[in-house]
Amino acid sequence: MLKEKITVVNGLNVHTIQTDKYKTNTLVFKMKAPLTKETVTQRALLPYVLQSGTRTHPNATALRSYLDELYGATLNVDLAKKGEQHIITIRVDIANEKFLKDSTPLLNKAVQLLSGIILQPALENGEFVAKIVEQEKRSLKQRIKSGYDDKMHYANLRLVEEMCKGEPYALHVNGELEAVEAMTTKNLYDYYQKALQEDEIDLYIIGDMDETEVLNLVKSHFQFENRAVSHRKLPMTKKTITNVNEVIEKQDVKQGKLNIGYRTNITYEDEQYYALQVFNGIFGGFSHSKLFINVREKASLAYYAASRLESHKGLLMVMSGIEPSNYEKAVNIIKEQMEAMKKGAFTDEEIAQTKAVIRNQLLETLDTPRGLVEVLYHNVVSERKRPIDEWIAAIEKVTREEIIEVANKIELDTIYFLTGMEGEK
Amino acid sequence: MEKLFYEQLQEELYYEKMPNGLDVYILPKKGFNKTYATFTTKYGSIDNQFVPLGQTEMKRVPDGIAHFLEHKLFEKEDGDVFQQFSKQGASANAFTSFTRTAYLFSSTANVEKNLETLIDFVQSPYFTDKTVEKEKGIIGQEIRMYDDNPDWRLYFGTIQSMYKNHPVRIDIAGTVESIAEITKELLYECYETFYHPSNMLLFVVGPVDQEKMMQQIRDNQARKSFKPAAEIKRFVYSEPEEVAQAKQVIPMNVQTPKCLVGIKAKNVGQIGKDKLKHELAMNVLLDYLFGKSSPHYERLYSDGLIDETFSYDYTEEAQFGFAIVGGDTAEPDRLADELKKIMLTFREHSLHEQDLTRVKKKKIGAFLRSLNSPEYIANQFTRYAFNQMSLFDVVSVLESLTCQDIEQAANECFNESQLVVCQVVPKNARE
Repeated sequence: MLKEKITVVNGLNVHTIQTDKYKTNTLVFKMKAPLTKETVTQRALLPYVLQSGTRTHPNATALRSYLDELYGATLNVDLAKKGEQHIITIRVDIANEKFLKDSTPLLNKAVQLLSGIILQPALENGEFVAKIVEQEKRSLKQRIKSGYDDKMHYANLRLVEEMCKGEPYALHVNGELEAVEAMTTKNLYDYYQKALQEDEIDLYIIGDMDETEVLNLVKSHFQFENRAVSHRKLPMTKKTITNVNEVIEKQDVKQGKLNIGYRTNITYEDEQYYALQVFNGIFGGFSHSKLFINVREKASLAYYAASRLESHKGLLMVMSGIEPSNYEKAVNIIKEQMEAMKKGAFTDEEIAQTKAVIRNQLLETLDTPRGLVEVLYHNVVSERKRPIDEWIAAIEKVTREEIIEVANKIELDTIYFLTGMEGEK
Repeated sequence: MEKLFYEQLQEELYYEKMPNGLDVYILPKKGFNKTYATFTTKYGSIDNQFVPLGQTEMKRVPDGIAHFLEHKLFEKEDGDVFQQFSKQGASANAFTSFTRTAYLFSSTANVEKNLETLIDFVQSPYFTDKTVEKEKGIIGQEIRMYDDNPDWRLYFGTIQSMYKNHPVRIDIAGTVESIAEITKELLYECYETFYHPSNMLLFVVGPVDQEKMMQQIRDNQARKSFKPAAEIKRFVYSEPEEVAQAKQVIPMNVQTPKCLVGIKAKNVGQIGKDKLKHELAMNVLLDYLFGKSSPHYERLYSDGLIDETFSYDYTEEAQFGFAIVGGDTAEPDRLADELKKIMLTFREHSLHEQDLTRVKKKKIGAFLRSLNSPEYIANQFTRYAFNQMSLFDVVSVLESLTCQDIEQAANECFNESQLVVCQVVPKNARE
């Protein structure tokens, strides 16, 4: 099993995982802060500005040419919501020179490069470069707008918006269109400095390396001053459901998108988390699950019918694409499956099958550097630490009674349907 | 069993041809949890006209039948194969492309059992009138899902503009109307013709013992009987060099317009290393012109004509080849003009050796990265093998590419008569 070592270096949590299974080495930098309306758009813009130039490679073309020279090292950034936390991720992946004819040590260069991106961005007059900020504002606007064009994505976004109205989780991961224009080279730079001081920061390094050597490299390249890491975790907002919210929206689409949101009332921190995972596997997570079998295979209503969990917020979301006229039929079948779960109408075989598939999925995820980091990062987001070994054993131990108990804690919150302009509903 | 060793990459590959003609490859990967296996037939959406096994006349079958068959192979008399795999802790899937249909599983336990399940379910078709009818509803929704997807519509619109006759222009899933014509008899006919072991390839990658596994496959195949391998006669479409239609505009319910330029390739009929060289030269050419470190990318990005969705890709198979360049844009017409101008004026500028070296380095690194992925290895190896190429020659062929090779590739495809423009635009803007 892979071993994660955590060392605090200059106020930065460095996680190293030594393995020789990959042909590349991977660096993943993560910074986390509470999800708030005031900061969400700045955070959505920041990593894109950072990846557009450093002091030594002052524009995107120079930086990208340098990456090519490093045997096509990849650099990418993204944003995520985990519960009511907003996470910026910057990844660098670089070839391991032992598979190349050229033996220049590449990992050193990758650490140096990543530190340049995070700590020495391209500046003019002590602020971010105006041209870069303007370009990235334009791209951010387009990114927000394009969320509207992919209807599957849009329907999911709208469900969360309706379901979590007034809660931080309703904020969009890419920020707010109306707030983009107000971003300036100065206010974004000020925010950047503040975030570097206050965010919780983690760096993961995965690959075939000498851990002591790598930690020394990090020590010399990542010099933060006066980092006051505040675990600024706000208490999660709670909602009491009084009645089920049904939202029907019409657009020019051929297929209806049905998205249903439930509150699980269980998060990663809770003892019942593993039972919730097994619940979701039986209910809708896989191609042997109740949703797939009943909505797709038996009723022939859909191509996809599945559910997924948001572990830190405690949400369960069902999604399916159906003929607009089949709305009621599909909603009823989905509700019936939830009722069956609450009553314990599932076999021991379904439990065993689901556990085997979850175990497999977890082990497969650990085979990719990116998947490995995502699994480990849950332990940073949550107060509760769940080591990988514990996972497998704990899933195995989940009982039928625990699954039924979990099912009975789950509450229907919102039914959202995006449908065509014609016909009923 | 033959052993192939790739020293620079530190990979060992084992190969054996079974007496019934099936090609089997095993690539042991130490340190991984997962074993990934693909069982692929050289049969895809473009094979819509052929002489069915044991017959003498060419027959045209409904569009989307290869994909339909892929769906139906999972269903058996005693239930769904997905169930079987998940009981054995595996996740299974399948996909149909223009030229291949692949069935696959990945698992971290019960690998032997899962491999047996994979081979056996693909080699035992079970189609009934009832299950065929039921599938029409499911695939109908799959087609609807793609109908609403602007990127898919744009991609197929581009291909349709390039190709006049060749069935690559037909959507892989067919249409709601074409799949309505599919019957169990037609499915059996396609199955018998294209799922003969001599038309298939099995690839396994993961922490496995190659000797034991090869023996298991030998035993499995020896237990089954197949008709003698016959040559498959596929219809050869005649396709002009020039494009079918220079421009197509698709109005849709979107906010951001999209634009692709398609380039229809010539000289795709090569095989082996020549084909690999041609394909890689095209890929390097596109990277040289449009990669994130290129001056063109920088200019188009700072002019606000492209964003991070901008991409480029080259696809080449035995009978067709095309490049596609573009993405979301605020100004689809201006982007189309700019992209075409870059291509058509290419020969006026000379290629810089230094930039070419940089692009080659980038490609070599990207190839190493892709070898982290068992999925990539199995799927790409199969694709290359079906075209008599080897995945493990990629690095040496990349290293051998010269400026002349790139210029030749450019001269062959950058001609006005080979270019198309396809755009998706907001519906309201057109009214």
